[in-house]
Amino acid sequence: MEYINLFVKSIFVDNMIFAYFLGMCSYLAVSKNVKTANGLGIAVIAMLLITLPLNYLLNKFVLQPGALSWLGDKFAGVDLSFLSFILFIAVIAAFTQVVEMVVEKFLPALYSSLGIYLPLIAVNCAILGGSLFMQQREFGNIGEAAVYAFGSGIGWWLAIVALAAIREKLSYSNVPAGLKGIGITFITVGLMGIAFMAFMGISL
Amino acid sequence: MNAKLKETILNPILKGNPITVLVLGICSSLAVTVELKGALVMALSVIVVTGMSSLICSLLRKTIPNRVRIIIQLVVVAMMVILVDQVLKSFEATFPLDKQLSVYIGLIITNCIVMGRIEAFALGNKPIPSLLDGLANGVGYGLILIIVAFFRELFGSGTLFGIPVLSALGYTNNGLMILPPMALILIGCIIWVQRSIQKDLQEN
Repeated sequence: MEYINLFVKSIFVDNMIFAYFLGMCSYLAVSKNVKTANGLGIAVIAMLLITLPLNYLLNKFVLQPGALSWLGDKFAGVDLSFLSFILFIAVIAAFTQVVEMVVEKFLPALYSSLGIYLPLIAVNCAILGGSLFMQQREFGNIGEAAVYAFGSGIGWWLAIVALAAIREKLSYSNVPAGLKGIGITFITVGLMGIAFMAFMGISL
Repeated sequence: MNAKLKETILNPILKGNPITVLVLGICSSLAVTVELKGALVMALSVIVVTGMSSLICSLLRKTIPNRVRIIIQLVVVAMMVILVDQVLKSFEATFPLDKQLSVYIGLIITNCIVMGRIEAFALGNKPIPSLLDGLANGVGYGLILIIVAFFRELFGSGTLFGIPVLSALGYTNNGLMILPPMALILIGCIIWVQRSIQKDLQEN
């Protein structure tokens, strides 16, 4: 039950885009049509699911104050938490590379449809942000971290597909000259965010 | 000061503003604009990180092999971010900051402005222009951040830097301004104003 609650909350209440603005750059740049938006969304879900539990283990057994106590009493006082940014981004960059190679080898069709967006995931704030929020929230076990990763990924995917669908329709409407393109997109995302606020406070 | 250098400094602040024109670095920026203090700290951090990492990457530009440049850039940027984060942490006792801000400081690593300026400018130019370009882009980013934070804090809580301004006049706080979506709508409006003045920026 706790897992379902965390899952639903991370999709709707703590939505990566509407509540924390994570991964905004690629969100705005790649939401011009539904097909590529869908591909990028799925890639983000996959990367979050891989890197977040890994970074959870890294945080728990290497980075936290006293995390190294499994090496012996001498290491119990070591606090490596200042290294977390660089280790998290290293894990993310390395796994983007691995996923890219695996997808290229075994799923060439998906690889060609994702194209440039696959390597760009390494610098997507949603992935690093997921890890940093995981560290801040101090999850109890790896299951919670994985559920949080999956929920946030689904939330991000939902947001980008919805915006892409709206933008496809928006291109036919009459928008003031100064707002055309990126301006109206910002306002659309803002209004979508207000709509998502309706989910605030739900718990199962 | 020659004309080219002047252009390097002035362009990112107005005509090529990283947020409103290039739409880079939205990720880590919007969530810190609820109050002016957080926005100011974030703006200063980004100015330091963009300036210093552009300088370092420009100094290294002849020795970095092209194939591994992304990883090296990430390491340089992550190092600068860790330094900034440690400096902020050391002043925590006298200058307490919101806990969530430290997550967004960490997210400067994946801020597209930093990587974008290194890729587009620092790798092909001498150290001093690169430093100025990085600093100017940070200023252009910080300017938007502070404008958004000014309106959100003034109308959302009736204060500026925590000092009551409107609330002293009997103003009822507008809770909507505190909510995340308003940051997006405000940026949409800033883009609208800017593009109505500079008509050549308008999209078709």
